[in-house]
Amino acid sequence: MTISSSKINITFFTLGLMILVLAFSLSASAQIAVKGETVWTMAGEPISNGVILVNNGKIEAVGPASQVNIPAGYRVINAKVVTPGLIDAHTVIGLNGYLNQPHDQMALDGGASIQPELRAIDAYNAEEKLVEWVRGFGVTTIHTGHQPSALISGQTMVAKTTGKNVDEATVIPTAMIAVTLGNAANAGAGRSPGSRAKQAAMLRAELIKALENSKKKEPATDLKSAILDRVIKREIPLLITAEAAVDIMTALRIAKEFNIRVVLDGASDGHMLINEIKASGFPVIVHPTMARPGGDRENLSMENAAKLKAAGIPVALQSGYEGYVPKTRVVLFEAAMAAANGMSRRDALATITIDAARILGIDGRVGSIAVGKDADLAMYDGDPFEFITHCIGTMINGKMVSEVIR
Amino acid sequence: MKHFLYCFAAIAFISCTAIGQQQPVAFVNARIIPIVGQPIENGTIVIQNGKIVAIGPNVQPPAGALINNLSGKTIMPGLVDTHSHIGGGSGADASSPIQPDVRILDGINARSSSIQRAQAGGITTANVMPGSGHLDSGQTLYLKLRDNAVKIDDLLIFGKDGSYAGGIKFANGTNSIRAGGGAFPGTRAKSAALVRAQFIKAQEYRDKVSKAAGDASKLPPRDLAMEALVEVLDRKKVVHFHTHRHDDILTALRLQKEFGFRIVLQHVSEAWKVADEIAAAKAPSSIIFIDSPGGKLETTDIKFENGVALERAGALVGFHTDDSITDSRWFLRSAGLAIRAGMSRDKALYALTMANAIMLDLQDRVGSLEVGKDADIIVLSGDPVSVYTQVLETWVEGKRVFDRSDPKDRLTATGGFGAGNDPGDHINCFDGDLGGGN
Repeated sequence: MTISSSKINITFFTLGLMILVLAFSLSASAQIAVKGETVWTMAGEPISNGVILVNNGKIEAVGPASQVNIPAGYRVINAKVVTPGLIDAHTVIGLNGYLNQPHDQMALDGGASIQPELRAIDAYNAEEKLVEWVRGFGVTTIHTGHQPSALISGQTMVAKTTGKNVDEATVIPTAMIAVTLGNAANAGAGRSPGSRAKQAAMLRAELIKALENSKKKEPATDLKSAILDRVIKREIPLLITAEAAVDIMTALRIAKEFNIRVVLDGASDGHMLINEIKASGFPVIVHPTMARPGGDRENLSMENAAKLKAAGIPVALQSGYEGYVPKTRVVLFEAAMAAANGMSRRDALATITIDAARILGIDGRVGSIAVGKDADLAMYDGDPFEFITHCIGTMINGKMVSEVIR
Repeated sequence: MKHFLYCFAAIAFISCTAIGQQQPVAFVNARIIPIVGQPIENGTIVIQNGKIVAIGPNVQPPAGALINNLSGKTIMPGLVDTHSHIGGGSGADASSPIQPDVRILDGINARSSSIQRAQAGGITTANVMPGSGHLDSGQTLYLKLRDNAVKIDDLLIFGKDGSYAGGIKFANGTNSIRAGGGAFPGTRAKSAALVRAQFIKAQEYRDKVSKAAGDASKLPPRDLAMEALVEVLDRKKVVHFHTHRHDDILTALRLQKEFGFRIVLQHVSEAWKVADEIAAAKAPSSIIFIDSPGGKLETTDIKFENGVALERAGALVGFHTDDSITDSRWFLRSAGLAIRAGMSRDKALYALTMANAIMLDLQDRVGSLEVGKDADIIVLSGDPVSVYTQVLETWVEGKRVFDRSDPKDRLTATGGFGAGNDPGDHINCFDGDLGGGN
């Protein structure tokens, strides 16, 4: 009797386990239909009453409900508004943690002013709380790395805001090299650089060395030369944080001298140098719309992104770097404020989706809702830009990674 | 043309002042959110001599009133910020952790561009405070953000007895703790002990003054620090208590109970954990909305839900900017984020205005649109909690201090070349050279 009872228990336990496994595989698996009253595909006009079919981590179909049939067995998720998963074109989360204590601030090594060999992947904590925080607002991809506080602070990477570790998260291990010009780049304590002109001289000297190395038959194998060789060969761009007009001009001058690729970052004074930036052809990852004015950001304008975009310059928005609070901004809110300050809603949404993807070179995979792309989606219960709207779901690679109401 | 009209009004004001009555201004056809009372569609507000003289759906503007047609616009009371650092003021120095004698009055720049940015955000009244790096960093000031201030006196709020309005700033938690910091505390318990000792000293000082009964020979020597703390004990000055963690919040309430002073809890990042205790103590809370948790160990558990938690507990809750922690120009955003986390719309708007007026003892003058109150009014392009809404005009005591259609004011609102410099004085309706280096 005892034995038979135990057998029954085991049987029920096994059955329960099977059901659990089945349920888990269903929820994690690949077949989901997301219905949105408005679907911003960013690959054309928004679709009213749209349906997105997700299969095996990719977008299988997208279109109006009248044209896209939901196959049997697909889990159906409803939302008022669906957008592509948001892209934060420049942040430091994953390297800098939310505690803001020395042990979780890993986006700057203060030991030297020029350290392009520092890899972001060696410091990225996929489970950092701020990664989860922004994911809850619909952010699915981040360009993160070493912070703009040294002449060359290190490398940046592109990651999905998912995965248990860096390998699961990484999209591009080395995306750009973070360079800073202006007051933030001064080393302090009597060390060089201590002035703008010295910053330029040191950066040029480093690039001249890299240029000479690249002409040698046996390329230099030290870490610094190896990575700068990729800059000289135009494989990766410099991400030059330059807020003041004088620093933006220096960035453009040096880019021209060495024929290297540059992505301008910050660019508070960009609205004063529209012709020059446009002529360079470089894209701009504009400072957070709500960044604090002052210092090199003395002329910061909430209309900066709108003015650059109107001139035809490729523009993305970012959450940026903060030394104190907020430890990270939410790029959705920064785009919302841009939409409230001269940008159309579509253009503002583009700065955190398709336009950001293009600048980061990942538009083949993310940034719009199109067949064959990664199934990264953000779902809202109203206009995503309104502060009173909630993000109700976030999908990455076809899996619901967040269903908190935030 | 609009500018011309207001210039005309300004001239009329001047000429009418001579006979004691200013020309009334009537705001008509607006959606009015008076905060106290239900919203009024197509309502009218009439202001004169710096006060609201009429408000309602069927108010006829008086003869001779300047008519400001605000069809499609929304009117609210000027916003009240219970915790700000505009004006670049400083308080206590590094000499000791408790400095009640220090007044921010003596270290504030009335011409700072940060004050103009606050006007651009619709803020008309602000509690400007020294920092939180001390257990007590000194006395705060309640300011009216009037235009063209050349000195701090131009912004003060005077009571009937001629004294100016303000509170005193206290703090607990890590900001005022300095390891090996000499006179500064090294632990939380030491922080509380130091504050208690000072209040006991102030009680003794008050007793001596009381016993002297006006006899100069028996009065203790004047002590500015003690005088300020006696005002706190006598409940004349409100303590604005910077506190984040739940245990620190309860410590602040414990001290309040022991010494009986009046308190406004400031920041209260973990209010959601002790909302019932805060409500039971009848302590008002002034909270802030930060885009992400953390930044320091005490604020790892800050939540947008603080507003709704305090509302549900029945506590009085208001919002603040802590400018420049958050910029005064988007103070309205606090209400949006509070509603996002579950707070009611009415209480969220109340928390930008009337709740804060109550915390500053200014509820008879500001915080709502009611007859007899100061004519502190903001004109909005739409719904106050929408991100797309702009502050179009800000009026303080019947004078327009911000006008988004004026290019200089617009520059303050959006930022841009020249916005970071103190632009100095300017008159809204006049963009020419005033002479005198303006």
